[in-house]
Amino acid sequence: MSDEEMMEGGVQKKFCYVNRTAPYGTVYALESLEVVLIGAAFEQDVSVIFMDDGVFQLTKGQDTAGIGMKNFSPTYRALEMYDVEKLYVSKESLEARGLSEDDLLVDVEVKTAAEIRDLMEEQDVILTF
Amino acid sequence: MKFTIQINEGPYTHQASDTAYNFATAALAAGHEIYRVFFYHDGVNNATRLSTPPQDDRNVINRWSDLAAKHNLDLVVCVAAAQRRGIADADEAKRNGKNADNIAPGFRISGLGQLIEGGIQSDRLVVFGD
Repeated sequence: MSDEEMMEGGVQKKFCYVNRTAPYGTVYALESLEVVLIGAAFEQDVSVIFMDDGVFQLTKGQDTAGIGMKNFSPTYRALEMYDVEKLYVSKESLEARGLSEDDLLVDVEVKTAAEIRDLMEEQDVILTF
Repeated sequence: MKFTIQINEGPYTHQASDTAYNFATAALAAGHEIYRVFFYHDGVNNATRLSTPPQDDRNVINRWSDLAAKHNLDLVVCVAAAQRRGIADADEAKRNGKNADNIAPGFRISGLGQLIEGGIQSDRLVVFGD
């Protein structure tokens, strides 16, 4: 089945992407973002959760000049254009790293571990990166 | 039940591909359907036919190829992840100006949409890797 047929088929599931890794130490954050962007074309009900070191993916002022890697953090601001608007961040993960919502480069909803658990329970498909 | 399997780690370094293989074998033996196996991140390295493990060890790549041939499995390698890591079929090699390809039998290169579609079409998407 082609991508177009899928979209026309109108099957909608709740897709949840869980980002748990820091942005540059491994490739998971970047390649997760690629899945989210491609997946947006399928018009599913998408949620993205940032927890553990994954909260660092959204921090403002990322400067990768010293490590010779591409700073892909501006792309998170583009998620809204792809209708990926449900961004959730773990309260406990932020606090453990001395971060607050003001340190993040996109609007998010901060959720407790219990709330994230409930959110996960509602999902049809969970992809963890 | 209909499964899509996602494998996120390369062979031998990590157990993910072995565990996924055992899961797939057990699921098929129990009468379940494998809709697709999708290889992502370093998981694309499970698709190189140039792998030559010692003879007294398992051959992770051939095992997937054999299982695909036996059960007509759809083994899909993510094109973007494959390009980064040097996994190419003849078309990809030509398109990117490379003088060789290395994809193993039974695997095909395609886009991330195949992973999303697997999630939509299957009862369960099972992810192997960290």
